[in-house]
Amino acid sequence: MRVIIDTGNYISAKAAQMAKPDVVAAYPITPQTTIVEGIAKYVEDGEFSGEYICVESEHSAMSACIGASAAGARTFTATSAHGLLLMHEMLHWAALARLPIVMVNVNRAIGPGWSIWADENDSVAQRDTGWLQFYCSSNQEIFDTIIQAYRLAEHKDVQLPVMVSYDGFILSHTSMPVQIPEQNEIDDFILKRVPQWKLDVDNPVTHGNIIMPKDYPSIRRAMQDAQEKALELIPEITEEWRKRFGTYHGDLVECYRCDDAEFILIAVGALGAESKVAIDELREKGRRVGLARLRVFRPFPKQAVVELAKKADLIVLDRNISVGMEGAFFSEVKAALYGSSDAKVYGYIAGLGGKDVTYKDIEAMCEKVMDGKYKGYEWYDLEGE
Amino acid sequence: MTSTSSLVEICFHGRGGQGAVTAANLLVAAALRDGNKGVQAFPFFGAERRGAPVRAFARISDEEINLRSEVYNPDVVIVLDESIMGIVDVLSGIKDGGAIVINTRKSPDRFSFSKQVKVATVDATDIAIKNNLLVGGIPVVNTPILGAVPRVLSRVTLDSIQEVVGEKWRGDLAERNVKATKEAYERTEVGE
Repeated sequence: MRVIIDTGNYISAKAAQMAKPDVVAAYPITPQTTIVEGIAKYVEDGEFSGEYICVESEHSAMSACIGASAAGARTFTATSAHGLLLMHEMLHWAALARLPIVMVNVNRAIGPGWSIWADENDSVAQRDTGWLQFYCSSNQEIFDTIIQAYRLAEHKDVQLPVMVSYDGFILSHTSMPVQIPEQNEIDDFILKRVPQWKLDVDNPVTHGNIIMPKDYPSIRRAMQDAQEKALELIPEITEEWRKRFGTYHGDLVECYRCDDAEFILIAVGALGAESKVAIDELREKGRRVGLARLRVFRPFPKQAVVELAKKADLIVLDRNISVGMEGAFFSEVKAALYGSSDAKVYGYIAGLGGKDVTYKDIEAMCEKVMDGKYKGYEWYDLEGE
Repeated sequence: MTSTSSLVEICFHGRGGQGAVTAANLLVAAALRDGNKGVQAFPFFGAERRGAPVRAFARISDEEINLRSEVYNPDVVIVLDESIMGIVDVLSGIKDGGAIVINTRKSPDRFSFSKQVKVATVDATDIAIKNNLLVGGIPVVNTPILGAVPRVLSRVTLDSIQEVVGEKWRGDLAERNVKATKEAYERTEVGE
């Protein structure tokens, strides 16, 4: 174990290198670019033994990963915003073909107007592709989650692709200390991929052939079962990681000062880290408030949210907007509670397009609710209002 | 106390290409060696252009840092290029009792704000030239000026700065960079 200081993106490249994928296919896009640069440097320095494919687009990057993964290879790619959107068709393909691809998505707003800054709308828009989705709040969590993602994706009962997302610039370009285990320790943890089925020239089969209507629902159902299995496996994997390496960021949810809380703030990604400072300040003032940082969006941790709502009313902070409705996490939290809880759920949208959200902003949002001044769903600190 | 209690926030002002981001990274690497468990370094988020005013930031704390927002109220401001001060309000938001380190030939008392904040000055450009720290003929001031930081911020030691600077480069270049930090440390004038 050693500690290095580096940006979220170079830490991603490090994790990808240490996971020893057989194939990396990627195309650069701001703010993901330095991941691709980092991996290219490992290739150049002879520290990466897999195939590194420079493709001409993100659609091709995902297609190359699909082909390689179908042949039994471990694969990695990374993208952001418009790159992720260009992959959209192939994201469905990867999931329906049950290929355990691991991808980093550096959350960035979608244009126009042209924005390169943090916003979850790119990955939230991939909600229904069948991918598992994690959101990270620190560079250590980025490293740990990428490695853990392979254990999860390649588990025989999961066999689905995993997307690891984190805020553009806020994490991708910020240097923080990260503990890096030794290569042999990573090898022992991550295990070897054992494909349940694969393309093999000596045993030729076809994949993805026509499927009749009577059979199609069962392949969807199998994906649902796999995602539900992941809800059980994620806590096991994070716990095993904690025992081996000492770092831990929660299982499906990271709870912070939730004991005796009357209100629990639900936040995601970097806003989840900043929220801890807001909770500390509010606790200092004697307010009974805690934080539940959701680490996983798919599978959605329904039961964990129901448990939170038994203790407290919830305040949901979204760095995304499903235009025409509301923030995606706000909707999902309420859907999870329907029929099993009477807890009140309050919501805010904040930080779209990288707009800075400070702990003081988050404190103000919570206080507004706790002081009975919340009037309805709110876009926090909108220009011109 | 709150988790922000032991926190020191630092803002670097320079011009694109002067290495403000590298300076921030080296500073927090040194701070980590000095036992500060939480450190962060980041650029201003966006596109940078060579020669244009740029900022970089660092945070140093006894504990893991959960802040992910920008730095609005720095404890320490570091100015790599004095000419920036005509176009950027480098003292914007500085905390009471804060300090500013300026690359200049002037002494601290020549700055009008030397009564409000602690001013430290060092001719990092001269030190860079004397140690032949030049890229494309332009003096590289980001490592020399780091040597001035321990004069206003006890959380980071010159020894650690020299270690990380020595490891960043190799051979003669590493030696010249390390020497420059020591000269800057010695030549820094700290105002009242």
